[in-house]
Parts: sequence; structure tokens; C-alpha cells
Amino acid sequence: MTIDVKEPLQVQAVTAPRRRQLGAPPWWFAVPALLLFAFVVLVPSARGVYYAFTDWDGLDPQFSFIGLDNFVTMVDDPDALQAVWHTLLVAVAITVIQNGLGLLLALGVNTMIKSRNLLRVLLFAPAVLTPIVTAYLWRNLLGPDGAVNSLLGVVGLDSWRQNWLGDPDLALWMVVLVVVWQFAGYSMVIFVAGLQSIPKEIYEAAAIDGTGPVRRFWSIIRPLLAPAITINLMLSIIGGIKLFDQVYALTGGGPGHATDTISTLIYKDAFTLGEFGYSIALAVVLTVIVSVASAGQYAVLSRNEKAAS
Amino acid sequence: MNRYSIRTFALESFMIAVAIVFAFPVYVLVNLAVRSPSDTSSPVRPTASPTLANFTEAWQVGGLGGALINSLLVTVASVLVILAVSSLAAYPLARSTARWSRGTFLLIMLGLVLPFQLAALPLYQTVRDLGLLGSVWSLVLFYAGLQMPFTTFLYVGFLRALPRDFEEAAFIDGGTALQTFRYVVFPMLKPITATALVLNAVGVWNDFFTPLLYLSGTDQQTMPVAVAGFVGQYASDWNLIFAALLISIIPVLTVYLILQRSIINGFAGGLKG
Repeated sequence: MTIDVKEPLQVQAVTAPRRRQLGAPPWWFAVPALLLFAFVVLVPSARGVYYAFTDWDGLDPQFSFIGLDNFVTMVDDPDALQAVWHTLLVAVAITVIQNGLGLLLALGVNTMIKSRNLLRVLLFAPAVLTPIVTAYLWRNLLGPDGAVNSLLGVVGLDSWRQNWLGDPDLALWMVVLVVVWQFAGYSMVIFVAGLQSIPKEIYEAAAIDGTGPVRRFWSIIRPLLAPAITINLMLSIIGGIKLFDQVYALTGGGPGHATDTISTLIYKDAFTLGEFGYSIALAVVLTVIVSVASAGQYAVLSRNEKAAS
Repeated sequence: MNRYSIRTFALESFMIAVAIVFAFPVYVLVNLAVRSPSDTSSPVRPTASPTLANFTEAWQVGGLGGALINSLLVTVASVLVILAVSSLAAYPLARSTARWSRGTFLLIMLGLVLPFQLAALPLYQTVRDLGLLGSVWSLVLFYAGLQMPFTTFLYVGFLRALPRDFEEAAFIDGGTALQTFRYVVFPMLKPITATALVLNAVGVWNDFFTPLLYLSGTDQQTMPVAVAGFVGQYASDWNLIFAALLISIIPVLTVYLILQRSIINGFAGGLKG
């Protein structure tokens, strides 16, 4: 019975050039995902863009359309400008340091050393921990009587002791330190996977040709590592731009506004000041920065990847 | 080149030294968590008479048990929903070349770029109006929507590299589309499902921003929010706080140490997807 029904279809598939797959999956398979996506992301995001042009306070159903006022205010708001600058600085610093360190760790671990597996497990471990928890840990370590100062005393570097999180010039770099400590192992793991996908013959050929280690890295390994570099840069730049948890737990944006990022300012403006409209205008700025960063990076890196292959 | 030379030994020693530096914060964490508050010696010095009193006290006063159960429920439920809806959606999106399919895929990829901060406040309003603030189940809904784009992206990439022969055979044998998906396609997706499972589970378990917004001020908490509340409440009692921090990371660390290979492969696996 079943065979009778299916036979004509089969013949059709063989004779006509195949336009449709046999038993192509129905479009409604995508409906549950799309409904969730619309409810949680699309509709609220679209409403967010609209609210950015209003003076909505989050509670009052009566609010008015105020055009670009929120954005004009932002240009004159030193806290907002500072937060944008901190966000960009932190994102770039994290991206450079975390990936540089991650790459060095990967090159060190991906060798003949006996402890390579143990080291990999250990160095990656911070990446699975809860960021808010590791940030609270570091808040104590970096405190005036914390372990970092204590350790500096033990090794005789008393003059280096600092109030690491209380100094406006240092605090932002401490945020970077904490993020790098947690995620350098993540970058490392992705680089190791990239290194292991490079065929052994290529290394051997280069060694036979007498290529030095630096040249070998730059001309042979680096181009072949392009996919791993792409993924790592994407992850750390976008993660850095959206940074919230670590700042919230380490400094709360302080001292003053010295470590506020766009994300922490969005949270403060909405939930402590009740300025929802202004807060969402900041979120629109954040969205623009993320989009530009992703698009720019995608363009540059996909060109490099093509050039390398 | 393959011999264990002096240079390899030097590298090995150096790398171990680096690992010790990395592990130092965790050493202090454990060291202070087992120390009684009356012991005021340097945090670097090993604690003379370790005690577990901080753990019992933190557990009792912090409501960490309830938070642990909530986190577990939310993580398991969210990951199941995310994997189910994303793999199901990815199947037609990867197979069809029709215009609606490409358009839908691009729309979903928009979700990779939009930061949650943009949707968070309007969604907060909706959730408040629906009376769902403070419900851990609303978190499951949010995570499903938020994590679906990336997970679908992984599945589509994997599916496109997969041959269609098995699906066509299943169809010829009279299987419905849903049966074909359930018994033929989904089992073939196992490697990418493992990657998606690891990334989503870690992401949901560790997330702080979402529950901070939607559970704040209620008695429903997940682990990260409970920890933040704990730190706020016992601001200067760091021995107690460290015990709470340690309690909160022990479940993750245990799972990590047992499944380290699969978890590391999961994180590195995005590379192939």
C-alpha cells in the first residue's frame, strides 16, 4: 500500500532535475523557534528602538515622543561619554591581551611537555566558573588587605602595594585583568584546536627547510590559524563590548564613574534613576557599536581568511 | 624533535609556573573559606586550623539550597527547550533554498548581533504586566529565545555538511517528516548537539543579568543572584562569603572535572560548526 503511494514521486524525482528534496522538511518546523524569538528578542527590541525616542519612565503608560532628545542629552552627558570610552577601551584591551596570552599558552601547551593535558584542564577551568562569582573573589584579592597586596609584601615589593580597585586610574585595568584571567584559557583551547588541525607534514617540511621559529609562526602557522583567530576575536570583542557582570561585582562602576561601561550605565539609569527612555537610548548606542564591530570584523577577517587559503 | 630535551624541560617548568599563577586566586578562595573569622593572618598563609563552619553557616543563612535547585531546574529545562526548538528549526532552514528559508535564517542571525540590553527593558514591562516577574519559569522562556539564534546557527552549519540520503530513504520507507527528524536526522546531529549542550548549559547556569532583572526583590533566586545578594548582606565577612562562593562553584567544577574532555571539546567545537 505504502509503496504504491510513494512510487510516482520516486519516478518524478529521477526524471525531472531535482528541484525539491524528497520529503523535504516542512517550514512549520521553524515556527516554535520563531515564536520564541519574536516574543523575547524581535518585538521587545523593536519596541526598545521606539522607546529610545520617548521620555518613558518604565511605569507611567503616558509618555511622549521627544525625538532625538535622549541622544542630544547623551552627547552632553560626561557619564555617558565616559562609559562609551570605557566600553571601547575595555573591549580592545581584553581582545588584545586575552588572545595574545591565549595564543602563547596554546603554543606552550601544544608541545611535547608531559603535563600538557593537565595544564589544559587547569588553565581552561576558570572559563566555566560563574563570572559574577570570580569577580567577587577578585574584589577581595585586590582589596587593601587582600591577597595580592599580601603577596607583594611577601616577595618584598611593598612599594607596589595599591588600593587596586579604589584608584580611578587602575580600576578599569583591574576589570580587564579579571576578564583575562578567566577567559585566556578559553582562547587557548580554541587556538589549540586550530593548531591541531594543521597537518604535521607542514611543520616537518618547514623544519627541514630550516625556517626559524618566528618565520615559521608568521608565515605558516598564522595563516592556517585564521579560523581560530576569527572565532577568538569575535568572542572577545563582542563579550568585551557587552561587559556587565565583572564591573557590577568588582567596582559597581566606581570609584565615581571610573569603571562604568555602557551596560552598567543602562542598568543604573533604568533601575536606580527610573530613566527608562534614556537607558534604552544607551542600549541603541550599544547595539550600533556591536553591529559595527561585528560587521567590520567579519569583513576584514573573511578577506584575510580567503587570502590565506 | 620528538625527544624530551633540556629545552622541553625548561618550557615545562615555565608552563607549570604560569599555571600556579593562574591557580593562585582559587588557592586563596579555598584557604579563606576554611578559616575562622578570628584568624587575621595573611590571606596567603595556609590556614592553621581549617574549619567547615563557614560552609554550614553560609548554607543555612544564604538560602543557597533553594537557589541551587532553581538553577538546576532552569538550566536543564532551558537547555532541553533550546536544543529541541533550534534543531527542529535548523532542519528546514538548512535543507530548503527557497526565499522564505534564506530570509528566515537571516532574521534569526540578526539575533546574534542584537544585545539583550536593547530588549531587556521592554521585555521587563511585558513580563511585569503578565505578572511573571519572579517566576523562574519565565527565565526558561527568555533563555530559549535568547540562545536559539546561536544554537540554530550551529545546527544549520552542521546540517548543510550532512548528506540527505538517509532522510530520503526514510521518506521512501513511509516515514513522516517528524519521524524522519526524530529517528534519522536528530541522531546524526549528536556531535553538534554535544557542543550546543555544553555551551548553553554553561551560559545559562552562569548568567547573572537576566535573573538580576527579572527575579530581583522576590524570593525566587538562581545561584548567581543568591551569591550577589549574599555578598551585599555580609559585606565584610569574607570568610563566610568565600564559603558561599565556593559552594556555588562546586557543582560546575565537579561536572567539569568529570567531563573535562567533552566540555573542552564542546567549547572548541564551535570552530568546526
